[in-house]
Amino acid sequence: MNDNDLVSAVTKAVYRAAFRPNLNRRAFLKLSGVAGGGFVLASLLPMRHVAAEDLGSLVGSVELNTFIKVSSEGEITIYSSNPEMGQGIKTALPMIIAEEMGAKWEDVRVLQSPVDERFGRQGAGGSTTIPRSFDLMRQMGASAREMFIGAASTAMELPKDELKAHESAVSHASGRSLTFGQLAALAVKQPVPDPSTLVFKDREDYTIIGTSISGVDNLEIVTGLALFGIDTRVPDMLYGAYHKCPAIGGEVVSANIDEIKKLPGVKDAFLVEGNGNVRELLDGVAIVGSSTWAVFNAKKKLKVEWDESGASKDSWTGLVARAKALENKRGDELIDERGDVDAEFSNTENQTLTAFYEYPFVSHFCLEPMNCSAHYKAGTNGEKDTLELWMPTQFPAGAYRVTKPMFGLEQEQVTIHQMRLGGSFGRRVSTEYVCEAIEMSRRVGAPVKHTWTREDDIRHDFFRVGGFQSVKGALSASGKLVAFEDHFIGMTNNGKPVSGSRFRKTEFPMLNVNNVRATKTMFEIGTPCGPWRAPGANTTAFVIQSFIHELAHAAGRDHLEFLLEIMGEPRWFEQGNIRSLNTGRAVDVIKLVAEKAGWGRKMPQGHGLGLAFHFSHAAHIAEVAEVSVDANKKLTVHNVTVAVDIGPIINMSGATSQVEGAVIDGLSTMAAQKITMENGRIQQSNFHDYKILRMPSSPKVDIHFIQSDHAPTGIGEPALPPLAPAVGNAIFAATGHRVRRMPLSEEGYTI
Amino acid sequence: MARYQLKVNGKDEELDVDPEMPLLWALRDVLGLVGTKYGCGIAQCGACTVHINGTPTRSCLVRVSDISGQSVRTIEGLAEGTDLHPLQQAWIDLDVPQCGYCQAGQIMSAAALLEVKPRPTDADIDAAMVGNYCRCGTYNRIRKAIHSAATYDNAATPSSAVNLGEDVA
Ligand code: FES
Ligand code: FES
Repeated sequence: MNDNDLVSAVTKAVYRAAFRPNLNRRAFLKLSGVAGGGFVLASLLPMRHVAAEDLGSLVGSVELNTFIKVSSEGEITIYSSNPEMGQGIKTALPMIIAEEMGAKWEDVRVLQSPVDERFGRQGAGGSTTIPRSFDLMRQMGASAREMFIGAASTAMELPKDELKAHESAVSHASGRSLTFGQLAALAVKQPVPDPSTLVFKDREDYTIIGTSISGVDNLEIVTGLALFGIDTRVPDMLYGAYHKCPAIGGEVVSANIDEIKKLPGVKDAFLVEGNGNVRELLDGVAIVGSSTWAVFNAKKKLKVEWDESGASKDSWTGLVARAKALENKRGDELIDERGDVDAEFSNTENQTLTAFYEYPFVSHFCLEPMNCSAHYKAGTNGEKDTLELWMPTQFPAGAYRVTKPMFGLEQEQVTIHQMRLGGSFGRRVSTEYVCEAIEMSRRVGAPVKHTWTREDDIRHDFFRVGGFQSVKGALSASGKLVAFEDHFIGMTNNGKPVSGSRFRKTEFPMLNVNNVRATKTMFEIGTPCGPWRAPGANTTAFVIQSFIHELAHAAGRDHLEFLLEIMGEPRWFEQGNIRSLNTGRAVDVIKLVAEKAGWGRKMPQGHGLGLAFHFSHAAHIAEVAEVSVDANKKLTVHNVTVAVDIGPIINMSGATSQVEGAVIDGLSTMAAQKITMENGRIQQSNFHDYKILRMPSSPKVDIHFIQSDHAPTGIGEPALPPLAPAVGNAIFAATGHRVRRMPLSEEGYTI
Repeated sequence: MARYQLKVNGKDEELDVDPEMPLLWALRDVLGLVGTKYGCGIAQCGACTVHINGTPTRSCLVRVSDISGQSVRTIEGLAEGTDLHPLQQAWIDLDVPQCGYCQAGQIMSAAALLEVKPRPTDADIDAAMVGNYCRCGTYNRIRKAIHSAATYDNAATPSSAVNLGEDVA
């Protein structure tokens, strides 16, 4: 425990003691570690890359580690192993363990686990942590429960099958009962059960899973205790800033280093030669000083000469012009084709509709800007160098991929502290801010907290990729969708499609319509792109679900009925694959959202309802937006109704927050957000020219979960994609104006 | 460098800083009060909100030299000893934070609102909170928590397992 942790723990304990008087004694015990006789459950999870299903063969392995500790006083410590970025995983995973264990939540304290491969995959991304970890967490909890029952059986001399674990105790029908704390010393001597023998609780018996539990870090958050990467403070720490070429990939030639070094609080400044990899270390100027302000201030006074010959020359207006020239044309490359689209499009009985959609690049702008603290210590007396890192990141072990090749450090020379992330949304998966911090610390021989300015954070983002889709549909005389075609215009970096620039063969409605074709054209760009909340889905949903509404309207049919018809009979296209659309689940959420939103009701003048469905990240989600638009194109989103099927909910409060957040994020993004670039330079830099949704514009969000019996899946991302088409369709319903270009500000709307 | 006196969370502090240094960085880097956050540096996001003589202020644009001798309250000083401010308790009870990064600023803006309007309307809340951005979209829970804190009798309530079932129909 370092000083920060200690201060935090003491303060927390003091607050806890004050607020929950019965916890007074235990709160202080937290500080003294696990008392003698404590129970430590060795996890069965061994090394990285071992799937949960493989655990059986590793029982008895000496490669054990710890997820659960129980002190003889009954305090249960559960380690949460995955990064917390606001998605609620630090609360949700321990809830699963506590449930299976039979723990009382009030007895549980949660700690972020160390970064260590014995904890398995310590990443967060793609809304996959719950589906990946659910069974493992249940195993951890159930193993502990069985060991307590085994211990109680010995102590009470009663058969195991007459004993039950609940409320942090093991009890018998006779009324006899021993607490986990009383049993801890005995339980640790029990054999660790073979995972294949474990029986998990029935859903009906859950007392923790499915309830609402307040986030485990909330006390620290509301009292301002150090928690985030940017809050790191270590003794003798200096502060760093790093300046890169505004045109991505430009090389540094020279800078006014001598002038910079004379500025107040500046300790050092130097040029850094990078390795040309935008995810690792680009050329730049490093400034190290005695405060963040000193280095930010000095950064503003930098005069740098860049060699931009190899830098990005991207132009958004150029990309738009190239894409527009492809409107109503087919792409060079076939993605997939079934049936005979051409026959349907040339059939004069059919009605054919075409449309061209456009969506911009957008930024992540996590409210906590990129940062990393590094302490590179040169070894003395023949000892090896060591490196300590404090990182807010979605993949802490990702740092090892650069510390070896770039800094020559073996994994055992590197210690990583996983810090809480002030938002991420897919942003913190690269390691350039880490490399910059290491390089500065190495050069100045002191710990350095490296912080990006907001301007750095926006200009040097890995953006949500922009793009275009030219779509076409054929309606039969009876108004049925008989053919669908999509020409996807996307982007590549170094010849590879960037994150989210992909149109899948299985994209809705490719599997639902008999005659379909998808083609693509890719533009090579230098602007770095990366995953952004529901990659691909967050733009394709807008195109497809808006166009479906266009088709319904052209056919003179009710959107709901038309969409349900396309969805068709209940079927799971790829049985057993959670990533494959299940039309039965889709129909259920669509019908539920329609019912809850009062679909079909008469709307006042200038008001409209819009419907959209999208399947992504294993989640079936439908949304209805209720909007009004006034004569000046001022848009008000009054209400968004959401129906979700992600199977059973772990933390109802957390899941509700994620849906609400995704809806508001989706609206914020579609309202006015757009990153443009000219001559390789990103033209936006801070919140004055990159507009964000404020509280007064936030809609009410009405959420309904269908807790189906399918395995639970994640909810960090998938509620975002249906929002934009739902709002776009509602605007059409209210005004007759079709939105085919994002953001809405480009079409003259304000919010 | 020059010396300035400030009263921070009731304590007298002497700061030896550059006259240009914004209060935000003096709090975070010099005094180690890292609860106040940096988000934009241009008074657009509200993450750095503190009270100066009771008035909610964006500390990223106020220089220490401009407020010498004045009184500053930060998120660390909002609780009275170990008594959480009703807003802090409401934030926990309603599980407001997602990533949590904006929340210190949100709470400080809300606390200043409750000082002048102990029973704020939705319109009062909109006006007081419009300068505080939340990237994670916690606005609806923030609004609810402000209303909830406004009607607290200040008695401590159990905070760990809250039932937010009413959010979910
Ligand atoms: S950091 Fe001061 S308002 Fe954003
Ligand atoms: S909770 Fe993440 S920015 Fe508000």
